[in-house]
Amino acid sequence: MSVVTLTINDELVSAQEGQTLLSVLQERGIEVPTLCHLDGLSERGGCRLCMVEMEGSGRLQAACVTQVQEGMVVYTHSERLVKYRRMILELLFSERNHVCAVCVMNGNCELQWEAAQIGMDHVRYEYLNPDLPMDASHERFVIDHNRCILCTRCVRVCDEIEGAHVWDVMGRGVNSRVIVDLNQPWGTSQSCTSCGKCVQVCPTGALFSKGATVAEMEKQHNFLRWILDGREKKIWSYENGK
Amino acid sequence: MNRSDLEALAQRELQRQQAFRCRILCCASTPCLSSGATAVYDAINAAIKEGELDAEVQAVSTGCMGPCSRGPMVTVQVKDEGEFIYEHVSPEVGRQLVAYHARSAAPPAEELPEPLRTRLLPSDMPFFAKQRKVVLSNSGLIDPERLEDYVARGGYAALAHALREMTPEEVCREIINSGLRGRGGAGYPTGLKWDMVRKARGDKKYVIANGDEGDPGAYMDRTLMESDPHRVLEGMAIAGYAVGADQGYIYVRGEYPIAAKRLERAIRTAERRGLLGSRILDSNFNFRIDVRIGAGAFVCGEETALMASIMGRRGQPTPRPPYPAQSGLWGKPTLINNVETFGNIAPIIQNGAEWFASIGTAKSKGTKIFALAGKVATTGLIEVPMGITLREIVYDIGGGIPNGLAFKAAQTGGPSGGCIPAQYLDTPVDYESLKALGSIMGSGGLIIMDEHSCMVDVAKFFMEFCMDESCGKCVPCRVGTVQMHRLLERITDGSATLQDLETLKELCVMVKETSLCGLGQSAPNPVLSTIQYFLDEYEAHIRERRCPAGVCTLEKTPVTEWVHA
Repeated sequence: MSVVTLTINDELVSAQEGQTLLSVLQERGIEVPTLCHLDGLSERGGCRLCMVEMEGSGRLQAACVTQVQEGMVVYTHSERLVKYRRMILELLFSERNHVCAVCVMNGNCELQWEAAQIGMDHVRYEYLNPDLPMDASHERFVIDHNRCILCTRCVRVCDEIEGAHVWDVMGRGVNSRVIVDLNQPWGTSQSCTSCGKCVQVCPTGALFSKGATVAEMEKQHNFLRWILDGREKKIWSYENGK
Repeated sequence: MNRSDLEALAQRELQRQQAFRCRILCCASTPCLSSGATAVYDAINAAIKEGELDAEVQAVSTGCMGPCSRGPMVTVQVKDEGEFIYEHVSPEVGRQLVAYHARSAAPPAEELPEPLRTRLLPSDMPFFAKQRKVVLSNSGLIDPERLEDYVARGGYAALAHALREMTPEEVCREIINSGLRGRGGAGYPTGLKWDMVRKARGDKKYVIANGDEGDPGAYMDRTLMESDPHRVLEGMAIAGYAVGADQGYIYVRGEYPIAAKRLERAIRTAERRGLLGSRILDSNFNFRIDVRIGAGAFVCGEETALMASIMGRRGQPTPRPPYPAQSGLWGKPTLINNVETFGNIAPIIQNGAEWFASIGTAKSKGTKIFALAGKVATTGLIEVPMGITLREIVYDIGGGIPNGLAFKAAQTGGPSGGCIPAQYLDTPVDYESLKALGSIMGSGGLIIMDEHSCMVDVAKFFMEFCMDESCGKCVPCRVGTVQMHRLLERITDGSATLQDLETLKELCVMVKETSLCGLGQSAPNPVLSTIQYFLDEYEAHIRERRCPAGVCTLEKTPVTEWVHA
């Protein structure tokens, strides 16, 4: 495989052709916030947090869906980008009810972590406070739409890894919502295998296991890598995959 | 069917039409149908039958004639006497039209009896005189449901010419040389796009015509599909030949049932005659076209979302690259153009690239169809050469602002465009000039506003539209449009502070720069352009709590005021 050379934040970096810019950034330890991206799932390019500046292009590019190219000159933490990332996070917090103090994921939440990293201490926009339901009809899991940021990791993991495609999105704009099958209570779904992959990949407290209370829910993403690499590397036990 | 059969068909049809002394063309496009054109057409037909004039007088239901606010429109073509265009024709007037024009040697127009005289439009009316019809040259003159009518006016001759005399490369070169640019709004050079798809490697390629027109007040694509469906199909077939595709899709907005019906019918008749389908015009070229109907989402006009919709997926955009030219429908190279762009193809092939390039300005060639709406005397559908000034469109073609009011702004490009104030009325209308003013050419919506329009209210209207139509995939567009709408609502209800205006500006720039697709990237344009040209109106709302146009109620007060009180 051929190697390309690019410049990231004034530093020369080599990468493999076909790699995404985000994977190069992560290899180099350059921390760019992400929410919809998850290693092992297809890219969505929806949260717009990993946007970077590129010399010669007037537009900002999402690093997760940009392939590296020879001679690319990239800036990841300009003043403008940091400002926009913070604004995007503020918009997410204003959209639904992200009240950390009463959330099962308090302390483990990716949204909360990204906001803390960027130093977001308040939200300048009006809280929309939508009236959203919870669905606890499944015997093991709960979905709380108030915490959902519509990253669709659950939709993708169920479709791409589990192969069940239980989850999908209905409605549009700010009224979008993830649904089970044709918008029925989760517990009545015939297609759900109760594997729990969706719960494990959810970045916030939108999907959680029953029995978890405030700050008790922790999620494991590494099972995904294990499933994917296990196939290629013929590792058949969970411990080795970890 | 081969080329000589096509010519014979055209001749036969021309002879048939010339046998009539008088042809009465009745508009059957959506605007006229909604003002009662069906009853007019029936009345005219009944009058012809009663008078036993079948051999001399023919009534034809046609496509759009232009001045839609004056509908139902009827054009009477009398052999050796010329054309008479009537507005606001009722069934009763229709009957009188037949009685009057069926007589041989009619008296001059001044002696027309009432009510015909007041309804006759002057032959030198600037609405018609200032237009230049290229794409709409058949519109209003042919029956869109009859293939023969289209062939009689030179239809499918361009396809026959391209298949027989040109290589795909030559077709692409001809389109490049013509300088035609995409009519969907962005203005990408059409020939370059075709050439890219032609060069793309792949055993299967697709051609898509984008007829998912969604801008409020715009109906150029609908009219073209309703009035001259075969022209779009011919353009698509030529494109299919040029890029090496054998399958085309025409994506019609769900709200356009008549357009979809006429296209379906046109495809069937063209296939039956060997002008579409297998071995077109006895050549080795095969091209099928299928109609796909949208389900009511504005975002499906965005090309990647449109393709997702054709493939049966949720209508959401995907990041580009890869561009459709490399990886489009089912991962295959796909050419996607607006239906109006395809409407330009047959005239270019027929008359040559030089002819087309002679119309318009240095960088914007050809003509553009606009749906002229809002506060002008005559609203309707117009086709003008690129480079015409806004003043000519508003005051000559549109007949000026009614009720003696002053022109305030022209809104182009719908929710993706901006407002152009009065001081730029003499700007030539082309892609570059409009962009320089912070607006866009867009697909062709043109809304004229007078002094009774509040620009903040206009910006709020378009933001509400974008908010409703955002697909919800990316955060800046999904939540940003809602927040921008809330801020605009606060300005119009009187509860905003100057800080809110700053927040709004900052949010506009952020959403513009970070959104995933064109919808979000252009959603702030109406706000940004009204802030640029009408900042004083925004400030009047906030500082003086007064709406200069008298539209907003401003019944609330800013929160800070009652904190201090």
